[in-house]
Amino acid sequence: MIDGVLIEKINTILAEEFEVDASIIKPEAPLMETLDLDSLDLVDMVVLIEHNFGFTVKAKDFVGIKSFEDFYQFINSRINGA
Amino acid sequence: MEVYILNGMKRVVITGMGIYSCIGQSLDEVKRSLMSGRCGIGIDPAREAIGFRSYLTGILPEPNLTPLLDRRKRISMSQEAGYAYMATVEALDNAHIDNDFLASHDVGILYGNDSSAQAVMEGVDLIREKKNTTLVGSGSVFQSMNSTVTMNLSVIFKLKGINITIAGACASGSHAIGMGFLMIQSGLQDCIICGGAQEVNPFSVSSFDGLNAFSMRNDAPSESSRPFDADRDGLVPSGGAASLILESYESAVRRGAPILAEVKSYGFSSNGEHISVPNVDGPKRSIQMAIRNSGLSIEQIQYVNAHATSTPIGDYNEAKAIAEVFGSHKPYVGSTKSMTGHEMWMAGASEVVYSVLMMQNSFIAPTINFKTPDEASAQLNISGKYVDYSFDTLLSNSFGFGGTNSTLIINKI
Repeated sequence: MIDGVLIEKINTILAEEFEVDASIIKPEAPLMETLDLDSLDLVDMVVLIEHNFGFTVKAKDFVGIKSFEDFYQFINSRINGA
Repeated sequence: MEVYILNGMKRVVITGMGIYSCIGQSLDEVKRSLMSGRCGIGIDPAREAIGFRSYLTGILPEPNLTPLLDRRKRISMSQEAGYAYMATVEALDNAHIDNDFLASHDVGILYGNDSSAQAVMEGVDLIREKKNTTLVGSGSVFQSMNSTVTMNLSVIFKLKGINITIAGACASGSHAIGMGFLMIQSGLQDCIICGGAQEVNPFSVSSFDGLNAFSMRNDAPSESSRPFDADRDGLVPSGGAASLILESYESAVRRGAPILAEVKSYGFSSNGEHISVPNVDGPKRSIQMAIRNSGLSIEQIQYVNAHATSTPIGDYNEAKAIAEVFGSHKPYVGSTKSMTGHEMWMAGASEVVYSVLMMQNSFIAPTINFKTPDEASAQLNISGKYVDYSFDTLLSNSFGFGGTNSTLIINKI
């Protein structure tokens, strides 16, 4: 179970950084398409995670992340060491 | 339709201009500053903290690009690319060029720029701190390269023609116009966005300060830049961006565009001597080449916008070069750098904008702070005051480190 506060924080960060209305972010929605991300934006996603959560990931770590739910799980697992 | 061709070459006209400078961020504002002799120079406290000798700089606001461009475009833009974007929007607008025209024509871009130091410094500092190259973000490389202006603007405006940055030190902007002129004259391109951009931050000019090139009049910013005056003590760094739409005469007529002026000729030379100390011969040959290629007589040149940056040796040698070329003919000579400071990579383009504004509105802008001529400037017709003067032909000089020289001649059509 992912903390609702964490989900809210992630949504706010993503909406602010990628300049989308937070209301379009739904757990089942496709991450790349919803945020209109390309390969360059994944580099900025790495920066965003390091800046806001304090750990460093590699762009290749995003392979397999399709939806926002997948992204929440990914961040949660890294924070909680799962 | 009548097709104008000179010796098999096309005529080249200016159909739009845009400016973002320390004396104004629109043509109208800049025109008023030029008329009133308003100085755009002030003090940057950060330079004192860093250890600069001179704290003087052109003062201009940072444009707010957020409502104008999406995130993907903004994060790739350096400071100078932002200035160039603002100037280019104004230039395209008053040239009556819209997105449909850009999408259906091979419009190019040739822009002068010779550094992107702030982006490089910030990127390298971050990589050193984080010990990770990814954490510098995706925009850094596009901000840091010397071609930052042309690579960003060509994407933003979806340009399809020539796309190159011209790096020619403090003559970059002038050479960009000159190269654009040659490409259109020869028929290779019909329309090119030409210009020059200059970042405004301490990083970009720190070692310049170390060379003792800057004025030390920290206590009197508006009196610090004093081209041709006997009491000048160095230049004042400044910046921003200037854009001009160069177009073949046929293209301009075909689409009913406003024709602001005609680019008559481009002269250039290299001193072939010292890396920083200018001489008389190189600039003289550049001026003579431009006059020769224009088909005009020396007497037809009515205004010379000098490079004159307010350095002791530079102004002295340029004054001698101008006096030797023009002899008994005494066109008005002025340096708008007295108001703007030295806009460096941008200057060759911005000074064409300033000069065309004067020609359109029949005045000579004052060379403010010109009070006492020295031996060389006493030979020239320089006014420290605003002059009502209707003229139709001007010459603009730009010179740079390494002895690169550029001269443009422009007239009314």
